[in-house]
Amino acid sequence: MIEVKDVSKIFMVPHQVNALVDVTENIGRAEVVVVIGPSGSGKSTLLRCLNRLETADKGHIYIDGVDILHPKTDINKIRAEVGMVFQSFNLFPHKTVKQNVSLAQNVVRKRSSGEAEEITMALLNKVGISDKKNVYPEQLSGGQQQRVAIARALAMNPKAMLFDEPTSALDPEMIGEVLDVMKTLAREGMTMVVVTHEMGFAREVADRVIFMDEGRVVEVGTPEHFFKNPTHDRTKLFLKQIL
Amino acid sequence: MDSSDSTISLLQKKQKRTYYMWVIVFFLIIFTGLGGLYYCTLKIDYTWRWYRVPQYFFFHEEVEVRTTVDGQVDEIRETDEGTLVVVEGDDGEELQYSFSSDDVRVYEGDLLFAGDVLGTFHEWRIGILLQGLWLTLKVSFIAIIFGIALGLFTGLARISANPAFKWLAITYIELIRGSPLLVQIFIWYFVLGTLINTMIAQAGISQVPPLWFGVASLATFTGAYVAEIVRAGIQSIHRGQTEASRSLGMSYGQSMYHVILPQAFRRIIPPLAGQFISLIKDSSLLGIIAIRELTKATREVVTTSLQPFELWFVCALLYLVLTFSLSMLLQYLENRMIHS
Repeated sequence: MIEVKDVSKIFMVPHQVNALVDVTENIGRAEVVVVIGPSGSGKSTLLRCLNRLETADKGHIYIDGVDILHPKTDINKIRAEVGMVFQSFNLFPHKTVKQNVSLAQNVVRKRSSGEAEEITMALLNKVGISDKKNVYPEQLSGGQQQRVAIARALAMNPKAMLFDEPTSALDPEMIGEVLDVMKTLAREGMTMVVVTHEMGFAREVADRVIFMDEGRVVEVGTPEHFFKNPTHDRTKLFLKQIL
Repeated sequence: MDSSDSTISLLQKKQKRTYYMWVIVFFLIIFTGLGGLYYCTLKIDYTWRWYRVPQYFFFHEEVEVRTTVDGQVDEIRETDEGTLVVVEGDDGEELQYSFSSDDVRVYEGDLLFAGDVLGTFHEWRIGILLQGLWLTLKVSFIAIIFGIALGLFTGLARISANPAFKWLAITYIELIRGSPLLVQIFIWYFVLGTLINTMIAQAGISQVPPLWFGVASLATFTGAYVAEIVRAGIQSIHRGQTEASRSLGMSYGQSMYHVILPQAFRRIIPPLAGQFISLIKDSSLLGIIAIRELTKATREVVTTSLQPFELWFVCALLYLVLTFSLSMLLQYLENRMIHS
């Protein structure tokens, strides 16, 4: 589903950082992969390279067999197939909850407003926020906003979902409601790549855990292997620090 | 408890007293200024004649009706529309002149030559000051429309990654912002105007009147400032908004149109209002290229009426009316956008 081959990325500004160094990873259909690592380890950069919000300097990234770094690839088409959820929600503040979810359906998917409305309401029901459909984002709590953001991404019928620290900006009591939605998605067979610090989520939901440090993949394994018998010293140190 | 309460009320009383004292100071300064001005005009024997001002807004003009042919008055008759004078020309042709009049100056049977006055009537006309005000309004309005369009495109070009667009925008903005508007008006009228009008004269097309060079100079001038306002407005929108819309598969244009610009517009309305108020005031410079806007009109009236004090005050007041209404209108728009 998602193939990452020898991908490297260097940031020059504000100073030179090797954000990704020869990362190679395959993510299968319906697989849930959780990426963890200390801040600055390149996990967010890897995620953002997958829909070309950042462009990799070197290597190849294939989504469903399509080379997204090829100049002839229509990146807008790829992005519509790969949903993304951000740490800071990034809902459109000038649009209501309903409009947030339906905008790209009209503009990108060219759905009729009736069809878009139907899908919007189904998704808002799914994330449990249909009673707030005519409310503006600023009137919602962080957890509610993040659930709307998930619905907005799902409205495009994506083949895969990318989550960039979706609970890091939330108050602790709201983390659960967002994770619940993500767990439901995982159960339904959505391909997911999740950058998070929620080790409980990783342990419970992930098929594989990837640990990154200084732009490199240090260790990959199932949650059991990863949390019980980590092989790498760097991984052991990290887990000791956060658990 | 009681003593602390009374201390607080004493403090409040003192604060109130100080406040009202300074309110009185404000009015004292204003009235002293006005009084001083009036006193000075008395000292130089200036006679205020405010009653002469209204005629420059509206005036009652006596219009003379003249015959266009030689001939004889055939008939004078009262009709519903007024007086009808029928003149029979020497060649036998009959001409009818109808006007509402209490002042008919010919009798039936009078011999007439072309140009003789048949009678007069009075008509309300719009005075030169109102005409000037209207022209100022018109020039400013057209320049604002073109200025917005130009500024929007330049602002978008300014933040584009394309070097041709970006550098064109920077060159335009720096050229306009770095030179005086007065000089730009001269360039538009005397250089570009001469070039354009000479070229189209050779092609046999009619000339472009000065008004349009005035509009062009104001529009290009405002466009450069609007571009910077638009750029700042767009850049003030958080990068996450672009990332969110692009990650949904929207193109650059769709993301701009549906997500970024609607948010940016709310933020740029106040600085735009300031820019448009400047434009209305700057239009007073157009008098130098023979456009009779409000300032030029006032100057003409001053030379004939010799009442400069009243007229320049009136002129300033008329500008204030325009700029104040515009700022009210934009404030209303801003409020409506926030609540919608």
